[in-house]
Amino acid sequence: MNAPANPSPDRREAIIEVRQLVKRYGDNVVLDGIDLDVCRGEVLSIVGGSGSGKTVLLRQIVGLERPTSGSIKVFGENPATLRPAQLQALRNRWGLQFQRGALFSALSVIDNIALPMRELRALPDNLICQASLLKLQLVGLSAKDADKMPSDLSGGMIKRVALARALALEPELVFLDEPTAGLDPMASDDYVTLIRELRRELGLTVVMITHDLDTLVALSDRVAVLADHKILAQAPLREVVKVDHPFIREYFLGERAQRALQALPAPAPAGDAPRPQSGEA
Amino acid sequence: MDRQATPAVEISRQDGACSIALQGDWTALALAGCHEARGLRARLHALAQAPEHATWSLAGVNRLDHIGAQLIWQAWNNKMPAHVDLNDGQRRVFDRIVGLRPEGWKKRMVDRFNPVTILGASLLSLFAQLAIGVTMLGQLTFDLLRFARAPQRGPWREISANIFNVGYKALGITALVGFLIGVVLSYLSANQLRTYGASTFIVNILGMAVIRELGPLLAAILVAGRSGSAITAQIGVMRVTEELDAMSVMGISHGFRLIMPRVIALAVSMPLLVAWTDLLALLGGMTAARLQLDISYAFFLRQLPDAVPVANLWLGLGKGVVFGILIALTACHFGLRIKPNTQSLGQGTTASVVTAITVVIIADAIFAILFKDVGL
Repeated sequence: MNAPANPSPDRREAIIEVRQLVKRYGDNVVLDGIDLDVCRGEVLSIVGGSGSGKTVLLRQIVGLERPTSGSIKVFGENPATLRPAQLQALRNRWGLQFQRGALFSALSVIDNIALPMRELRALPDNLICQASLLKLQLVGLSAKDADKMPSDLSGGMIKRVALARALALEPELVFLDEPTAGLDPMASDDYVTLIRELRRELGLTVVMITHDLDTLVALSDRVAVLADHKILAQAPLREVVKVDHPFIREYFLGERAQRALQALPAPAPAGDAPRPQSGEA
Repeated sequence: MDRQATPAVEISRQDGACSIALQGDWTALALAGCHEARGLRARLHALAQAPEHATWSLAGVNRLDHIGAQLIWQAWNNKMPAHVDLNDGQRRVFDRIVGLRPEGWKKRMVDRFNPVTILGASLLSLFAQLAIGVTMLGQLTFDLLRFARAPQRGPWREISANIFNVGYKALGITALVGFLIGVVLSYLSANQLRTYGASTFIVNILGMAVIRELGPLLAAILVAGRSGSAITAQIGVMRVTEELDAMSVMGISHGFRLIMPRVIALAVSMPLLVAWTDLLALLGGMTAARLQLDISYAFFLRQLPDAVPVANLWLGLGKGVVFGILIALTACHFGLRIKPNTQSLGQGTTASVVTAITVVIIADAIFAILFKDVGL
């Protein structure tokens, strides 16, 4: 992982631009003036304490909720002002893996994955089935699992199927909400490898919410820290750690975090590719 | 980048050799946007078959995803053509497709409709349900005994919450329906009675029908639709969210904390709702009788005790208790049997309401036979 080689955001194409985003529920201010950029091809992790509004921010970006004020642009367009057809075209360009999977409980695994492709209403069905099986294999499951129902899956499998569904249309951008929460360390290591591989193969841009420091260290190009209703910092992890703020100190400089941060490579990496190659971590 | 370039095929023939160049975006979205996506594979397939040694070039392809690659791969008859020009990224995509192991999976077909198996399955299911119902009744008896032995440790809070939900909140709808049915009944009978000059018998007809039969039945059907479905859905969602399992793990008995409070709540609320429905239905009937037949309220009320023996009122209220228990048991039974998926939740709730209403009507028929000599 050769993280610090990232160019600054303004030199690269920003595919998500959030400006002065405010979200209030009644009197309860959740997000207060958020600015966030996500560049093409990077992995941006959003971290923050429980209940700090990470998922709320994600829901604003994908247009599940309307912000109280502020603007959001994804691929240069504001989801709130688009006509339905344009919005649909935009939605086909991103995938979202929900925290608890959000698989359709009445559909089998393969039908869950095939659903976004079937919704296009243009592709022949046996192609869709083959492609769904391929996606299933891509996330490390086998054809044996295709006919299982979501209620029969383990937590790790649900996450994988959810990812396969999010990737069904091979979007340019995927949002992962707590992708490794509740997985055992082995499974989350596998997941990290999987995301890296997919990123290399499909050229994904990833926006990830995570609590898991190991995943954070292993995958992120940049980290955005959400606390006190604001983004405290958005920079490569190495720089974020240096920001002086009680939350960041507690979060990154605690004993647990120190252990995880040891995995961060030395500052002078060999080979400055903007995208980390998969493999060791 | 933003606009998807339509997938296209370019064919050139030179000296008997045929070269096929694919161009544009071969992605799911581009294919979906292209009208001939379905025909494209057949066309490619024909091309792949006819000229034996065609050269394929994918150099002009901007973007290739797994779906596009799959389409091309199927056109190639699931094997690499001899002469093909791929770049590294494209080769990796095809490598993945080559590595696809679809063994152990084939498309599931929906079972054909077969009346014999369906009849058999429903009969078996009926017996199974009855057996479970009997078990549940036994469990309920034990729970009630436990409750009677130590009432101070009973689920009072659940009982009172359920009485509020199934009883108090149903007052509005039962009042409305009761009143309207009273009006309708009175209106329809009025014409017939006037023809025979037996107008005053409206009191007998209304009183008997409403207090003995209609009041309990109306209340029961409304409650079955309203609270029966709610109970089933509530318990069903508890299954979906594993709350039932959480209760089991903590040693909290489903029977004692979920079923019994609901049964007690309905057994308490139903007779009250029946009385309330009776009252409103009679009020409606009385109003209509006054308008149609000029029968005064005072006369109606004076006549009522003579026309309807009080045994009918007790019978009606007793029916209410039994119907309440039956509705609660049916609803809980179906709620506990819901599997953790949305489809089962829908089916379970529907089945619960339909069964509850059927059971109530069957019970009503049994009541009619058992008590044919009482209060008539």
